[in-house]
Amino acid sequence: MGCTGAAQGQASFTMPHPETWLRVTPDGLLCEPGGFFIDPVRPVERAVITHGHADHARPGHRSVLATPETLAIMRARMGEGAGDSQQEMRHGEVLRQGDVTIRLVPAGHVLGSAQVVMEWRGSRAVVSGDYKRQADATCLPFEPVPCDVFVTEATFALPVFRHPDPAHEVAKLLRSLALFPERTHVVGCYALGKCQRLITLLRAAGWDRPIHLHGAQQPLCRLYEQLGVPLGELRPATVANKAELRGAIVLAPPSAIADRWARRLAEPVTALASGWMRVRQRAKLRGVELPMVISDHADWPDLNRTIDEVAAPEVWVTHGRDDALVHALAGRGIRGRALHLVGLGEDEDEAVASEGAPAA
Amino acid sequence: MSLPAFAELLERLVFTPGRNAKLALLRDWFATQPDPDRGVGLAALTEELVFTTAKPMLIRDLVAARTDPVLLALSHDYVGDLAETVALIWPERMGVNAEPPTLSEVVEALEVTPKAELPALIAGWLDTLDSGGRLALIKLITGGLRVGVSGRLARVALAEWSGKPVEEIEEIWHGVAPPYLPIFRWLEGQAEKPDPRDAPVFRPLMLAHPLEDRDLAALDPAAYRAEWKWDGIRVQLTAGPGGRRIWSRGGEDISGGFPEITEAMDFHGVLDGELLVIRDGLVAPFADLQQRLNRKQVGPKMLRDYPVGVRLYDLLFEGGEDLRPLPFDERRRRLEDWVARHEPARMDLSPLIAFASVAQLSEVRDGARAASIEGLMLKRADSPYLAGRQKGMWWKWKRDPLSIDAVLMYAQRGHGKRSSFYSDYTFGLWRPDGAGGEELVPVGKAYSGYTDEELGWLDRWIRNHTTSRFGPVREVEKALVLEVIFDAAQLSGRHKSGVALRFPRIARIRTDKPASEADRLENLMAYVEAGPAEG
Ligand SMILES: [Zn+2]
Ligand SMILES: [Zn+2]
Repeated sequence: MGCTGAAQGQASFTMPHPETWLRVTPDGLLCEPGGFFIDPVRPVERAVITHGHADHARPGHRSVLATPETLAIMRARMGEGAGDSQQEMRHGEVLRQGDVTIRLVPAGHVLGSAQVVMEWRGSRAVVSGDYKRQADATCLPFEPVPCDVFVTEATFALPVFRHPDPAHEVAKLLRSLALFPERTHVVGCYALGKCQRLITLLRAAGWDRPIHLHGAQQPLCRLYEQLGVPLGELRPATVANKAELRGAIVLAPPSAIADRWARRLAEPVTALASGWMRVRQRAKLRGVELPMVISDHADWPDLNRTIDEVAAPEVWVTHGRDDALVHALAGRGIRGRALHLVGLGEDEDEAVASEGAPAA
Repeated sequence: MSLPAFAELLERLVFTPGRNAKLALLRDWFATQPDPDRGVGLAALTEELVFTTAKPMLIRDLVAARTDPVLLALSHDYVGDLAETVALIWPERMGVNAEPPTLSEVVEALEVTPKAELPALIAGWLDTLDSGGRLALIKLITGGLRVGVSGRLARVALAEWSGKPVEEIEEIWHGVAPPYLPIFRWLEGQAEKPDPRDAPVFRPLMLAHPLEDRDLAALDPAAYRAEWKWDGIRVQLTAGPGGRRIWSRGGEDISGGFPEITEAMDFHGVLDGELLVIRDGLVAPFADLQQRLNRKQVGPKMLRDYPVGVRLYDLLFEGGEDLRPLPFDERRRRLEDWVARHEPARMDLSPLIAFASVAQLSEVRDGARAASIEGLMLKRADSPYLAGRQKGMWWKWKRDPLSIDAVLMYAQRGHGKRSSFYSDYTFGLWRPDGAGGEELVPVGKAYSGYTDEELGWLDRWIRNHTTSRFGPVREVEKALVLEVIFDAAQLSGRHKSGVALRFPRIARIRTDKPASEADRLENLMAYVEAGPAEG
């Protein structure tokens, strides 16, 4: 495959192996010559943050480098905790940190999400954070960057995970609304990213009525609109307007759909938008009536396609089903390495452990 | 495109707990699908059409030839179900532009395709479908749809959709084969009602109302006849030149599960009775009968260990003569004559109970403690045999339930409307723990009996007293006493406590009683019948 030395476009035996400058530490992934961590799990001096999900963007770092959108999301979610000093970096900008050059490249996961592209002495590493390849009207599309080591997630790294066209899933919801026009359709979706993407998908499918939001979904929807993502008419889903909620779509956090809150709605049909909904048992355990397979993570074909496109001879897997992915890569002559990073994989699409047990 | 449409219907039915929502989905299917696919789909849902053409092994081989073995094993391990794993992992081939098959195409092709050509046929179909369609196809051809749609539910949906009474649909249902084209034509007003003639069909059952105190006060003892209410399952036996069938209460054909009964049905007529496990003339507890239920086939050991018989209580047809318009007394006389003449194997008469007054009847009822008897049936002497529940004609008078004070141990979320409530309760009683102390042993599970307010209260209590969680189940502090009522207690080797309760339900929340004062297992054991009840 001969893709070593992607940064210079030529093979070089003097080029340092990525393991010598990118290390797994208890605080997270450390770029040693640059002196910064990427998505660290504990407060550090200097952090580069790929995107605003809570398992990647944690509070309490001294200085934070991220896209303007990610920084805005962090400020909205954690206020003071978003970092003592914040440095915005737009796509296309290049920064030198010690001997290391850094770029942020769109990851297609949620608004502001970025891959961290680092080069040191002719060696290039890409930490992709969470990413997907499906179209998403709320964020910039993923751009593959050729590299010597590609650091990837593996949330849906089993060949059974092939996300269908999300328009097909939204059409199922709309057919159910036509069949049960008296019932409130409450859709569980993660508050950051999935919720807003779902709204744009509904709008694209021609649903121009107001969409109702559980309280937990409202601040980030407002922020998305401020950052230039139009969502159409949104209204709070409050008890007072139970009658208005007949035949309406209500978006709520996944933990709320099976809980006391949902009882106040009119004979709710409970839906859940998540990549896990592809497996029946998962959907059954969540008590979901209408599973919607919509994910902000790459599915199995897209993980493999992306790895082939970046043409890295070596792939590091941060979290998820590293066993299956490493096995598949070996079959194509790519060295796979499981990093077992702790603390990742806690957004709704990644969380594997919580099904069944409702969040209190 | 009907297989994808069928796949979507299946998926909705699998995930939809509510009866009304299921009915709406079925009505929509009848209204929107073309013939013959709507009838084929209906027969597949209710399992009147079951394929065993393709063995799971065939499907496994097909997928193994197309996937990496390690990835297949990891995937199967993760998904659990083989059919679903295959449906999800099946590699989609670029450039396939064949249309997915229709349901009727699948059914026809399965009938005519030689065995050796099946793998290629099935693989070709799988290539044209998406994952939902593949799952539907695999489940369909390996005979495992299991979506919880009974024939009865389907016929109620047909009635609601067409506006015709469900009893009329029941009458002719089993005289017409899938895909039921004459029935659909009749329901859509394009043809006369089909005539089942000699075909063995299910006749709608006459049902009883529960007897309330005020009904009892108004009861004229001279106008009624009394029988035991047996704790088995209600069956209708239909036999004649067209064939022999055993129908369940809901009109399902359960003949296959009881070959010894069908073998004994060498008569021409329709009988109503109770299916029971009977050993040497003694009725065994319901738990024994349960061993025989929901089986498509039975082995010799089952036949020997759990022999069944039918206790007869009505005669609907003798030969081709419809006796249903006759009064009960007249039908009873004909039934008694019929039994005396035929002496049918594995069948006997349910006796009439003589009584002179309501008070005497009440005594009889209270005296009946045999587990195989649920109470009394009261039938008006002049009642014709009418479909459904007719007020004032037949009464069921159950004996008073038994009761224990038990401790709540685990709670689980319910289904449908109750899916956000902890509404299923596992409760236990005290017994010695073998180390000088006491422990709780679970004795049953109840999910009814409480009011809406009590349910709300229990739900809050459970959320505030949870000690651990396993999936949808919460374990709670052993601190709440529930009064549980039930119809009978029977010995059971399959329960940890050694005893099984019949119809347990919550009667009261005993916040006044500390858990330590709840009943002990030995209190419950005192209710267990010493042996099988006399018939
Ligand atoms: Zn994420
Ligand atoms: Zn993540």
